[in-house]
Amino acid sequence: MRWRLARTLWLVQFAYMAEYRAEIALWALSGVLPFIMLGLWSAAAGSGAGGGLDLGLSPAELGRYFLCVFVVRQFSVVWVVWQFEEDALQGRLSPYLLQPLHPLWRYVAAHQAEQATRLPFVLLIASLFFLLQPQSFAWPGPARVLLGVLAVGLAFAINFLLQSLIATLCFWSERASALERLLYVPTVFLSGLVAPLQAFPPELRRLALHTPFPYLIGFPAQVLAGNPMGEGQPFGLAAGFAAMALWIALLLPLLVLLWRAGVRRYSAMGA
Amino acid sequence: MMRLSLALALRYGRTLRRFWGTALATQLEYQLNALIELLAMAGNLAGSLLVLWLFYRQGVALGGWSWNSVLVVLGAYTCLDGLTSTLLRPNLSRIVNHVQEGTLDFVLLKPIDSQFWLSLRTLSPAGLPELVVGVALMLWAGRRELGTLPLSAVLLAALLLLAAAVTLYALWFVLAATSIWFVKTWNATEVLRAALTAGRYPVSAYPSGLRTLFTLVLPVAFLTTVPAEALLGRLTLAGALTSLLVAGGALAISRAFWTFALRFYTSASS
Repeated sequence: MRWRLARTLWLVQFAYMAEYRAEIALWALSGVLPFIMLGLWSAAAGSGAGGGLDLGLSPAELGRYFLCVFVVRQFSVVWVVWQFEEDALQGRLSPYLLQPLHPLWRYVAAHQAEQATRLPFVLLIASLFFLLQPQSFAWPGPARVLLGVLAVGLAFAINFLLQSLIATLCFWSERASALERLLYVPTVFLSGLVAPLQAFPPELRRLALHTPFPYLIGFPAQVLAGNPMGEGQPFGLAAGFAAMALWIALLLPLLVLLWRAGVRRYSAMGA
Repeated sequence: MMRLSLALALRYGRTLRRFWGTALATQLEYQLNALIELLAMAGNLAGSLLVLWLFYRQGVALGGWSWNSVLVVLGAYTCLDGLTSTLLRPNLSRIVNHVQEGTLDFVLLKPIDSQFWLSLRTLSPAGLPELVVGVALMLWAGRRELGTLPLSAVLLAALLLLAAAVTLYALWFVLAATSIWFVKTWNATEVLRAALTAGRYPVSAYPSGLRTLFTLVLPVAFLTTVPAEALLGRLTLAGALTSLLVAGGALAISRAFWTFALRFYTSASS
């Protein structure tokens, strides 16, 4: 029963998202930032007398890292805040709340369906990247692919929980999406999106690792890229996964509590 | 003839004041939003500085630019980003709605130029602090780099920043105007915005392939690097003229493109 429900939900959302292929392709393209940053970091690593920049990453590893940042972002992007805000403002939320299915599951299915439509574009862009940068290419082993997919899935889960917390604030204020802009700032700068965590000075790196942000992008990208981990590197494989699990264990009950309090407060819009 | 065009300019100026007056009045209703925007701007600027510092603390000078001069580039970028949030985004992202809902008909019927109306109808004050901070950062960092800023350099930089704004506007407008044919692809402006973030850094900091791309295909170099060079007195006359030519050409193309696009506009619901 549960399984059939999930399947139907997913198929409906997939059909819906497939209608928007062109838009989603453009959304995928608008994630070019990692490639711009790769240009900057690789030029900096190559330049400068006296060795230039030492990140402890070879040029091939650096290239792979930023490609994986791009991929991770494509599959962990979350827009639940806007969708939820719109649904709440338009009054669509009320019927959703009456259905015997937690409304957030609907959004989870929508996100997963959208990610599935992104897959071909991501593969295309990745192939293009390797055509231009063949030295970065390496066949990933099956274990690495599995771990990478798991890490990306967990990153999506953390991001979804974080953003849903903000979305839930819509029960109190009708413009909660403005808060998302604030959350976006550390997501860009502390996550490893614009600079690999190897480039951070040790204190800043320690600080960043106490926030969920590096686990949204930096850690899954390193896992997927198969870059060295552990001693002397910002992440350890087991420690990284443990931290991810910890963040989920922390955020999930918080979301459940906040949601319950919010629904109790809810009085439909436009009444 | 002279008097006629003066009267026309006055009429458009008066209209603009009305447009922006009402826009400001509505926006100021949301004070909390303004505060959040301000915080987000501060955060973004701090983050950009952090990224730059990550390079410079290791002794890497991006493209050979000193710390202070690279801040001038960041200032130019911040200024243009503020302009984007103030004018370009609120206005041009609505073109697709007008096409989708058929309200473009009403715009075309108005006794005022449709490109003018679509481009300048409203204004979002949220981007204004960014504009001011960007200019201030440019001047402050420029002075720290050179000691004193000659007036001629400041004026040239202002002119080229204006040219950069025109180029940016024209690019954005052309992309937004394609929604007359492809309603669904209005996200193309987001791709443009993402690609233009490359302008946070001087164009010489990129590998040669990207540098060519950012000069010849996407005019990122003319948007931020050229005005910064002008302020620092490093720009050649040829560079300045090219930048002005790019701006003039882009504006003319956007105008021609709009008249061309309107020929294909057949209203919604048809």
